[in-house]
Amino acid sequence: MSKILELKNLKKYYATQKAVDDISFSIEKGSIFGLLGPNGAGKTTLLRMITGIFYPDQGEIILDGQQFDPINDIIKIGYMPEERGLYKKMKIGDQALYLAQLKGLSKTEAMAKIKFWFKRLEMESWWNKKVEDLSKGMSQKLQFVITVLHEPKLIILDEPFSGLDPVNANLIKDEIYGLAQRGCTVIFSTHRMEQVEEICDHIVLVNLGKKILDGTVTEIKQQFKENIYSVKVHQLPANLNSDAFHIVDQTANLLTVKINEGKNSNDVLKYFIEQNLTIESFNEVLPTLNDIFINLVDGTKATTRAFQPIND
Amino acid sequence: MNKIILVAQREFLTRVQKKTFLLSTIGLPLIIFVFYGMIIYFSVKTTDNYKIAVADKANIFNGKIGSKDKEVIFEFVPSDTAALQASIAKNDYQAYLYVPASFTLDGKDSLQFRSAKSVGLMTREKIQSKINKALEEKRLLSFNITKEQLDSIQKEKEYIQFSSASGKTENETKVGVSYAVGMISGFMIYIILFIYGTMVMRGVMEEKVSRIAEVIISSVKPFQLMMGKIFGIGAVGLIQFLIWIVLVFGIQFAIAMLFPSLVQSMQGQPIQPAGMQAAHAVQESGAMSGAMKGLSTINFPLIIGCFIFYFIGGYLLYSSLFAAVGSAVNEDPQDAQSLLLPITMPIIFAIVIMMKAVNDPNSGIAIFGSLFPLTSPIVMMARVAYGVPEGVTLFQLLLSMALLILGFLGTTWIAAKIYRTGILLYGKKITWKVMWTWAWKKN
Repeated sequence: MSKILELKNLKKYYATQKAVDDISFSIEKGSIFGLLGPNGAGKTTLLRMITGIFYPDQGEIILDGQQFDPINDIIKIGYMPEERGLYKKMKIGDQALYLAQLKGLSKTEAMAKIKFWFKRLEMESWWNKKVEDLSKGMSQKLQFVITVLHEPKLIILDEPFSGLDPVNANLIKDEIYGLAQRGCTVIFSTHRMEQVEEICDHIVLVNLGKKILDGTVTEIKQQFKENIYSVKVHQLPANLNSDAFHIVDQTANLLTVKINEGKNSNDVLKYFIEQNLTIESFNEVLPTLNDIFINLVDGTKATTRAFQPIND
Repeated sequence: MNKIILVAQREFLTRVQKKTFLLSTIGLPLIIFVFYGMIIYFSVKTTDNYKIAVADKANIFNGKIGSKDKEVIFEFVPSDTAALQASIAKNDYQAYLYVPASFTLDGKDSLQFRSAKSVGLMTREKIQSKINKALEEKRLLSFNITKEQLDSIQKEKEYIQFSSASGKTENETKVGVSYAVGMISGFMIYIILFIYGTMVMRGVMEEKVSRIAEVIISSVKPFQLMMGKIFGIGAVGLIQFLIWIVLVFGIQFAIAMLFPSLVQSMQGQPIQPAGMQAAHAVQESGAMSGAMKGLSTINFPLIIGCFIFYFIGGYLLYSSLFAAVGSAVNEDPQDAQSLLLPITMPIIFAIVIMMKAVNDPNSGIAIFGSLFPLTSPIVMMARVAYGVPEGVTLFQLLLSMALLILGFLGTTWIAAKIYRTGILLYGKKITWKVMWTWAWKKN
């Protein structure tokens, strides 16, 4: 698969901090990509550079095989920022039309696409309403439609599910899958790790303006696994002692064990079989992204760095 | 460019389609005319006779003080002070003037004027000037000056002719009309800068507060968004102004046609709204027909051309600054107040200079004010009203226009940089110092 976006050594320094400090990664076409990081890690700055709002101080952005041109490539990108809103007093239909035209669509083109999406998401009756009449969830839905309306190659969604109820969240989630299947690439920025695990193919974790993790979700989980297994046995013996593992946690007859250095899962199984204990289940326990995230970010004082001077 | 037009179109249409636009566009001239109407009403009404009893024991006035007048009436009575006191107590008269028998015209004696209630400033001035004028005349006559001599002294001012170095005659009506035109157009530009400047600022604040700014900035450059807004609102202003002008002149014309007597009584009124002070100058310098003659000596194509140029130039110059302030303000509109001060100061300064320039279009301060881009839109109008080259040399006019264009490019450049950073920044309280550093940041 070819790459839709490549970032090479991007840097953006502000007066008081290195917002983005030498970040490189690439995104496969048609994938759903998660950009993770704690508050103030530099995600928004990074996204603003990808969308052409900011110019990088250094580094290159390659979009769809070509040097990124912020003025002409706008049509290829759909960006739903975290700080988002709409004109409160403007009619929804007019608003969608205006924003689509700003992207570079002609009036007739824009009209056809708006009708298509409004029908698809059952928003046709909204046309003459004003944004101030919509609930938060409804305006979120409208915001999503406006972002993807011009069928951009690259869709960037910053916290797309905040404020949505489970039904609408699922609706949007299905649309995201659908867009990815049709060849769109989705960059997804969030703090909600369970959504990332569910949706994303590939993730990058940034902290303090640097990339600290890059890979597919399964790769990363494998990378951070700690050889922990859960074993369920029919009956527990009075004494459990093996040089293959030690018990980390125990609830009733469900054991969580960590395999000792130099041993493997078969050694654990062998032990139970030799003890003649019936094994009901045996699973590897992989760390959740949440654990990995907290593990990596915790203690770096990530959130307070805005007030720290740069030392270089 | 295409996107600037799109943004401008939206800004224009959303404002013009609002009900408030219609209300303010049609309502404002109406309010002005209700105001006019009230002035007319009160000016007609204040012709309450103020009757003054005059006991002229020395027979100084020969039974006559000033010309006949509805407002202040002098009645000569043979009574003494006690009877006069009684008559003002009974309200037969509002006041009395007692001239003692020993009164002479050598200027050492004073007259006694007593009123039942305190006399209003306007009436007091009127009474004072009438009595003084009568006394002055009597005194001059007492120096063995004949009536003819006196008349010729009083005619004196008509012997002086003011003309420019090139020999062109400048009659007083022309100066008066120039004064009026300069004053009115200067004030109009002043109002435009404020009304539409704050409109731009509020539009920018709305985008920021409703959080749509970043959504739009991802498809339009901040500069395009800012310029689109400025052009759109500028077009609203231009349309609104045209409607106002048509309405104001239309209604004025209709009133003049329907009630010619009212127009007459309007003239010579001492209390007038600020804008009418200028019109007053016209009336002082001659009758209405004279003013019409004066108007015809004014170079209207030049003035209208300059007005449109300075209207647009001044608006563009200031509105980008207003936009920059709007972009720096967060939720709290009060922050805007303190940030606006550096912008409103030069505008108010310009009005002060304009007041001076309209009296003396070639003074140093007027020349400076009409060249300096932050004040020139207002001040130059006062000078241009006197014509080229009497009020302003062609070189100065062209220099001022060139400087205004440069100034506009300069403020827009600075404002665009402030705007670009400010529009995406939330939660921080911004000061001018911070905005200044944004303006000079590279990229």
